[in-house]
Amino acid sequence: MKGILAIYWKELEDHFSSTRFILLSTLILMVSLVIAFMVGSGLRDELKDVAKPTFVFLMLFTFPGKLFSLISFIAFFGPLIGIVLGFDSINRERSDRTLSKLVSQPIYRDSIINGKFLAGFVTISIMFLAIVLLISGLGLRLIGVVPGPEDVWRLAIYVLISIFYISFWLGISSLFSVIFRSMATSALAAIACWIIFSFAVPLVASPLADAIYPVDQSTTTPDPELLVQHEQARKAFSLLSPMTLYSEATTTILDPLRKTTQSLLLMGPMERLSISRFQNPLPLRESLYIVFPHLISLIAITLLCFAISYIFFMRQEVRST
Amino acid sequence: MNGQIVIETQELTKVYGEQVAVNHLNLKINQGEVFGFLGPNGAGKTTTLLMLLGLSEPSSGKAWVCGFDPTREPLKVKRVVGYLPENVGFYEDMNAAQDLKYISRLNGIPDEISRRRIEELLRAVDLQAEPKKRVGDYSRGMRQRLGIAEVLLKEPQVVFLDEPTLGLDPDGSNQILEFIQSLSRDKKITVFFCSHLLDQVQKVSHRVGIMIKGHLVAAGRIEDLAKEKLGLGQERYTLEEIYMKYFKEGQS
Repeated sequence: MKGILAIYWKELEDHFSSTRFILLSTLILMVSLVIAFMVGSGLRDELKDVAKPTFVFLMLFTFPGKLFSLISFIAFFGPLIGIVLGFDSINRERSDRTLSKLVSQPIYRDSIINGKFLAGFVTISIMFLAIVLLISGLGLRLIGVVPGPEDVWRLAIYVLISIFYISFWLGISSLFSVIFRSMATSALAAIACWIIFSFAVPLVASPLADAIYPVDQSTTTPDPELLVQHEQARKAFSLLSPMTLYSEATTTILDPLRKTTQSLLLMGPMERLSISRFQNPLPLRESLYIVFPHLISLIAITLLCFAISYIFFMRQEVRST
Repeated sequence: MNGQIVIETQELTKVYGEQVAVNHLNLKINQGEVFGFLGPNGAGKTTTLLMLLGLSEPSSGKAWVCGFDPTREPLKVKRVVGYLPENVGFYEDMNAAQDLKYISRLNGIPDEISRRRIEELLRAVDLQAEPKKRVGDYSRGMRQRLGIAEVLLKEPQVVFLDEPTLGLDPDGSNQILEFIQSLSRDKKITVFFCSHLLDQVQKVSHRVGIMIKGHLVAAGRIEDLAKEKLGLGQERYTLEEIYMKYFKEGQS
């Protein structure tokens, strides 16, 4: 335990004093604040005519504004934080020749990787919490709505999901830092993963589903069973991407008016109208039920990544040369 | 020397794929001894060290360091053994005191004790002059001295030094060699010293072992090896002559 703590404190210190961390967090903070500002001022006009708006405070995060909403911004760029914190965690020690010194100290070998992962996790938590609190503060001034207890709870769950999401990317990049000797290779591999999961997987989900359950576009009355199967396949493929997993979970938790993570199929204009007019917000419990599988899967893949890097690291030969 | 054995190996063997890195090594080293471990590059010296530290698992055979089996109880071995790897690296942004503090935390030494120890060690290795200097700006000799300070921080019974004087100027390597001698003389620390700088080994070692292609071809006091290999009559001999004889035999 002492070994883990010693490594944890040293790594935490390194993270917070490193230039790249400061650069990255400043960048993300600035963009978030700009978005929050735009959304905040846009929201006033948007809600002017609504009689009794609910959960206005949370809209600060979900409202798309002119460009994109805060949650989709974090969904895209959050992974970068994880990657930047982890891509050189092990192979830098190797190339600086400090690894052989480290493993010859009386600590368990896994303390090294555990302490490093823990430090990254805590860094992510602190950074993300700080950003959310700052945005909330700015939002409070801009829209002048005090969040109720449920808003706060929903926000807390959102922060938790996000921390695990970013930690998943920390896990991926740490895994590459164990596998690849060169830091450039591991950084590139992690970024490649980010691009594949964030852009490619959602794009190919539809064609893949088409290939497995071909829906005849020419008929006006397609087989409903086939359509459902097609939709399920498309969803299963797109959920392969942690980003989809994360965006679905966070939009559901932050937007109480969303009752399902499924996108409705073949919705007519009247149905759409009735849904937007006559629905009530979902209680927090129910929202939680919906995102629970998402949350569990996120934690599971994070742990899986960490476990794989753990195994690889424990089996690697330590040679000084 | 009180003759107590601190390092012992029995038929210790390490095989990497097809290649036998260490071949049935039998070795006994006494307490307080400076043991020079010689051999050409790739002879299996570092592999032996890694096995003795429990960092690498032997393919067969056994080893004991201070009564512990490094494969089974690596932590107990690492608590009493200090290891200075060849070309050791440092966290470049730290200064010497920060570096030593990190190492002492890894060793579980309480801060009150380590503070005093670090001060003493920095004086002992002559690094106290510029306390704020980054390790990244250190010269090679200073880095090597800092490495030795790191090793001594845990107050070890045995130290393993892998090429500690490689690439140092004569003055720098003399400083290190004198330090090695004082460890054995004043603190009764056993020094296991890998090198291929023969004149230096000759200067400080009580006994030497010569390893060629994974085989320990000779082990003993330098005078005895000289008698055996060069004949009795020879008055002046160097370790290099002995070594080259063994080396040529090993090659053929």
